Amino acid sequence: MAAYQLAVAGLKVLVLEAGRTYDPVRETPMFQLPRDAPLRGAGTREKPFGFYDATVDGGWDVPGEPYTNAPGTDFRWWRARMLGGRTNHWGRISLRMGEYDFKPKSRDGLGADWPLTYKDLAPYYDKTEMLVGVYGGDDDLENTPRSSPGVLMPPPAPRAVELLAKKHATPMGIPVIPAHLAIMTKWQDAKTLPQKIHPTNKLAQRVLRESMLSRQACFWATPCGNGCSIKANFQSTTVLLPPALATGNVDIVPDAMVRDITVDAKGKATGVHYIDKNTRTDRHVTARIVVLAASACETARILLNSKSPAFPNGLSNSSGLVGKYLMDTVGAGIGGQIPALENLPAHNTDGASGMHMYIPWWLYKEQLGGKLGFARGYHVEFGGGRGMPGPGMFNGLESFTGGSYGKKFKEDARRYYGTFMYFDGRGEMIPNEDSYCEIDPDVVDQWGIPVLRFHWKWSDHELKQAVHMQTTFAQIIEAMGGKVQGTVQTDGNRAIAKGGQIIHEVGTCRMGEDPKTSVLNPYCQSWDVKNLFVTDGAPFVSNADKNPTLSILAMAWRTTDYVLEQISKREI
Amino acid sequence: METGDGRRETGDARSADGASTDGVNRRDALKVMAAAASLPILEGMAGTDVEAQTAAPAATVASQPARLSSGPRGTASDPDLLRPKKDWPRKLFASELVTLAALCDVIIPADAKSPSASAVGVPAYINEHVSAPYDGNARDLVRVRGGVSWLNLESTKRFGRTFAKLTNAQKTAICDDICFLPKAKPEFQAGARFFDLVRDLSATAFYTTDAGMKDIGYVGNVALPKWDLPPAAVLKHLGLL
Repeated sequence: MAAYQLAVAGLKVLVLEAGRTYDPVRETPMFQLPRDAPLRGAGTREKPFGFYDATVDGGWDVPGEPYTNAPGTDFRWWRARMLGGRTNHWGRISLRMGEYDFKPKSRDGLGADWPLTYKDLAPYYDKTEMLVGVYGGDDDLENTPRSSPGVLMPPPAPRAVELLAKKHATPMGIPVIPAHLAIMTKWQDAKTLPQKIHPTNKLAQRVLRESMLSRQACFWATPCGNGCSIKANFQSTTVLLPPALATGNVDIVPDAMVRDITVDAKGKATGVHYIDKNTRTDRHVTARIVVLAASACETARILLNSKSPAFPNGLSNSSGLVGKYLMDTVGAGIGGQIPALENLPAHNTDGASGMHMYIPWWLYKEQLGGKLGFARGYHVEFGGGRGMPGPGMFNGLESFTGGSYGKKFKEDARRYYGTFMYFDGRGEMIPNEDSYCEIDPDVVDQWGIPVLRFHWKWSDHELKQAVHMQTTFAQIIEAMGGKVQGTVQTDGNRAIAKGGQIIHEVGTCRMGEDPKTSVLNPYCQSWDVKNLFVTDGAPFVSNADKNPTLSILAMAWRTTDYVLEQISKREI
Repeated sequence: METGDGRRETGDARSADGASTDGVNRRDALKVMAAAASLPILEGMAGTDVEAQTAAPAATVASQPARLSSGPRGTASDPDLLRPKKDWPRKLFASELVTLAALCDVIIPADAKSPSASAVGVPAYINEHVSAPYDGNARDLVRVRGGVSWLNLESTKRFGRTFAKLTNAQKTAICDDICFLPKAKPEFQAGARFFDLVRDLSATAFYTTDAGMKDIGYVGNVALPKWDLPPAAVLKHLGLL
């Protein structure tokens, strides 16, 4: 987003990418079937989310680029070494943070407040949603903001399982409403939107119009996680980088592993050292402004490794908070078999690949009243149905069939196919002192760059929240007449996903009003280095249950507006 | 294909499209990577001849500006997704596959709606799976191999012939003892674990084929002009109408 915004504003932008270049239009396997892939497309060490997953050279382990965990920590760090990074691999779930989410400490005394309010970011949410294309509903629920009129695309009609869940959850007081996903359900209006988004910028209007005309609406097939060659969903490689390149202002250097940021005697950033991965040689590029958008942990790593006599603890780290307050999302889920779905007439349930409906957090009042035992909320992602058969699809079926085989097994497969549903909670984690990353003093990666060491601890708030998730989902499944699979845990440690596993790491360079208690100012500008900005998840002060990508994009846009303003005022 | 120790291997016919597996060894592949990455623009590389790319001079370095795509490098973490390869050497013996084919067909026999497991290549998939270069697959190889040996021993002990040569009733008599782990007698626990694995693998293989998808009624993976509510018959079935 930052590269796009700065390029359309006329700045010359150099993008350093740690992986290879990547073009979803050419490379996405759209209608390929599992049977054509190795192991029917199953996940492997090198392709953990399945063979066809868009991620290239990424996963929990990147060969030659280790990270370490402090004793007692089992943090997982997902990386994607490719152009567009994780935007090629995500759920496209695009929920706005609400008013409470920006001021959590004011509300319940825990964590910290953001140095901005929902109102500050709302215009950027609107523009971002128009720019990338987001579908969603118009519901107006507590702390679940609606977009301005005309911003969102219409949500797709619900699937059968979504309607069934809604029917049974509603009487329990649990709302089931249209989800918001960065997927186009219709063509973008290339005539009017570019002008709405960039009212005074002719270059931006031109490149954005061309980009919008090259995108198609969703055709209701193929998994978004594989990438999208028709550009119906948002990934930066189809939506932001092509118009950025079309300005002629952007160069991309791939396979450039950034080592550190260089500074001059006055403490101003002068450029970036990187390693050309193909020749294993060190290179240096100079720049007037350095923007870090390397993902929260990699950004912290670069800053901590940017040591100099003036900055012995790393760059932009006078507060000592770089790497601190690392957060992920609380994840816990449970599934069930729903007899009502047995022998359903065959019909297509592919849809937009992601969910059409979801459950926003609904117990704000009970929570504030101290009735739940944990302070923050979660939303629920759920689904099921007659999806594309894949590896492991009938594993464990014998617990329903008593071990059938032969013709009976084939009848059972017909009966049970499409009858399983899952419910996954995605909850807010409160930042704590025990969850952070730092440089491991003993380990370097294959480029000679010191690696990160993680420390991680959930608080009781997260553990209790995870138990609440499983308990509640079991109740929904039972209300649907279903049979819960697995055990509903009463010990949060058994229910909760590991730190990092939900791949929503944020918070390592938090923003704030005070340079002593934050790394960045309210515009994501380094307090210490005026020409240094951060536009990934690192500035997050809290990690609301709303998936972070949309907020990262909106925040990045707001930051680039500030950068341009500072340039015009000759402040940087 | 012959492996180092001269064992005959049965290959999945599909792996033939992976050129010759041993043709591109690891060092060559790395050379391709280095050369490919050094070219500023490699549009359409995916469809071009890898040899031609290696011949290109590798003098320039990667700090030249690139456009969006340099194409897949062909490594395990960056495979060509449009032209997948399943090119690791297969480990099961032909004789083991004969036993497995017989067992798969007991688990998934032909019926009025769809063919049998072996008719759609399920044994070849099991071979692909247990031969794959990952720890979990290596564990499954041991379980499948051990299970096949056990099954033939058990068949010979009870009926004087290997499993594939038994009558359907004889096959069923053995399978009834191992088809459900929680109820299997202590002496059949290992056999039941093996049966469980083969049933899971057979189901994965079978229901991902056209015949299997048709059998259970998967009708997606087609582009649609618009997305509608489920058909009325579905809503009625669920009490939503």
